[in-house]
Amino acid sequence: MWNRREVILGSLGLVVGLPRPALAGQDNGSGKLIEAFTGGKTPGEGKLSLTMPEIAENGNTVPLTVRVDSPMSPSDHVQEVLVVATGNPAPEVARFHFSPASGVAQADTRMRLAKTQDVVALARMSDGSLQQARTTVKVTIGGCGG
Amino acid sequence: MRRWILGGIGMGLTLGLGATEYPSIPAPEGHPLPELISGYAFRAPETQALQDDDFENPGFLWVEQGAELWATQDGKAGKSCASCHQDAAQSMAGVGARYPRWHDKLGKPVNLEQQINRCRVGAQQAEAWAFDSQPLLAMSTYIRSLSRGEPVAVDVAGPMQAWFEKGREIYYRRHGQLDLACASCHENYGKQLRSDLLSQGHSNGFPTYRLKTQGMVSLHGRFKGCMRDVRAEAYAPLSDEFLALEIYLGWRGNGLPVETPAVRH
Amino acid sequence: MARPRVKAPKTATAGEVIVVKTLISHPMESGQRKDDAGQIIPRKIIRRFEARYAGTLVFAMDLAPAISANPFIEFNLKPDASGELELTWIEDGGEQYSHSQTITVK
Repeated sequence: MWNRREVILGSLGLVVGLPRPALAGQDNGSGKLIEAFTGGKTPGEGKLSLTMPEIAENGNTVPLTVRVDSPMSPSDHVQEVLVVATGNPAPEVARFHFSPASGVAQADTRMRLAKTQDVVALARMSDGSLQQARTTVKVTIGGCGG
Repeated sequence: MRRWILGGIGMGLTLGLGATEYPSIPAPEGHPLPELISGYAFRAPETQALQDDDFENPGFLWVEQGAELWATQDGKAGKSCASCHQDAAQSMAGVGARYPRWHDKLGKPVNLEQQINRCRVGAQQAEAWAFDSQPLLAMSTYIRSLSRGEPVAVDVAGPMQAWFEKGREIYYRRHGQLDLACASCHENYGKQLRSDLLSQGHSNGFPTYRLKTQGMVSLHGRFKGCMRDVRAEAYAPLSDEFLALEIYLGWRGNGLPVETPAVRH
Repeated sequence: MARPRVKAPKTATAGEVIVVKTLISHPMESGQRKDDAGQIIPRKIIRRFEARYAGTLVFAMDLAPAISANPFIEFNLKPDASGELELTWIEDGGEQYSHSQTITVK
């Protein structure tokens, strides 16, 4: 159960957009995983995009695209993108390692989502700066496809 | 696939079901459905996109495995499928669209899986592949894929008539604790069953890649799943009951293009 | 048996960014499923994918059990000279599957 202070702090987090576990009290370890990647730094937003369907027809195969706006030059490129599932039994989904030879920092794959949840992507650039993107995917359960 | 859909739209053969329009082809006189709509049309754009791209469609892993098996010798006779049937792209073109078909010598119909195993046991002197085993799924997927785009053409005339009637009886008979017939769901297409958008339940995409199981599903495997979903005791795969149902269902979708390997949820 | 499938152009122009699509047949057994007897099915996944071009690691992916069966991986490559594209899929336990092809840069 949440106590009053956590609820208030949680709402504050929501209001001011501080990094917070997606579902307080039910953290699957995603908070820790994100923190290990960011080292406590606050990531920027706007250069990293995480594209997934709003509604997944089946949670077992959900397409995912990460893309970072970057010159991908030897001195300025994306090194790593981490994808985190906040509502799966385990938080880690994938880590993509890019290099200047990638040309464009984009990767596509397909993932499993146990239920409706937020998926978070984090990118680390060669200068150490961080970017974040987050999207909510609704997973349909029930009927013959679920 | 896109061509067929666009063709359907081009001919103006669409039907409005509430807010959603599905591309369709007209049903023949006396058909229980007013128009025929492939299951493809009921799926999400992401699922359709997976089917549309021959590389991204995971069903092609089975197609490729089937093509390899086609050329692989097996059994005491030391033959491969190619030993008798040569190049499958030619000898098997359109064949998958016509199964199940009447077999004179047996005095009953056979479906594609049964015919593959007849070749294995007979000509190749090899062991029959088990139902839903990887090689049988791969070979049936491969052979059906060589009819992709061809209209389903199951012949139900002559001696097939009795099997057609039997299949129709099973299609409309209520089964299981939920007391549902095939028709209870699939003649209510376009409506939601909980989170599921009901299709017309055609067989033109089978064997089909399912997002749920992340693997190929045979038609009789899907029948079993439907019967489990209505909490019924399923008939055995490759039984006369499922064979009759396959024949009747094939007829219901006659004219729809073969989409194997389709991608469904 | 895992079967790789790869789609990459055979030729490219200098400075062009090409798309490499890969698919490999693999159950990606998560280690969280139980068999009919109630026993946990041990985890067995493709845990790592590596792409080398002309001998240099240009792209890699670490996969977790949350990646769907028959993993699909698409990435980009900007080859500045002709070379060999070598792809490797590494399974839990160390088994490897590979594919290689030449890309000619004009």
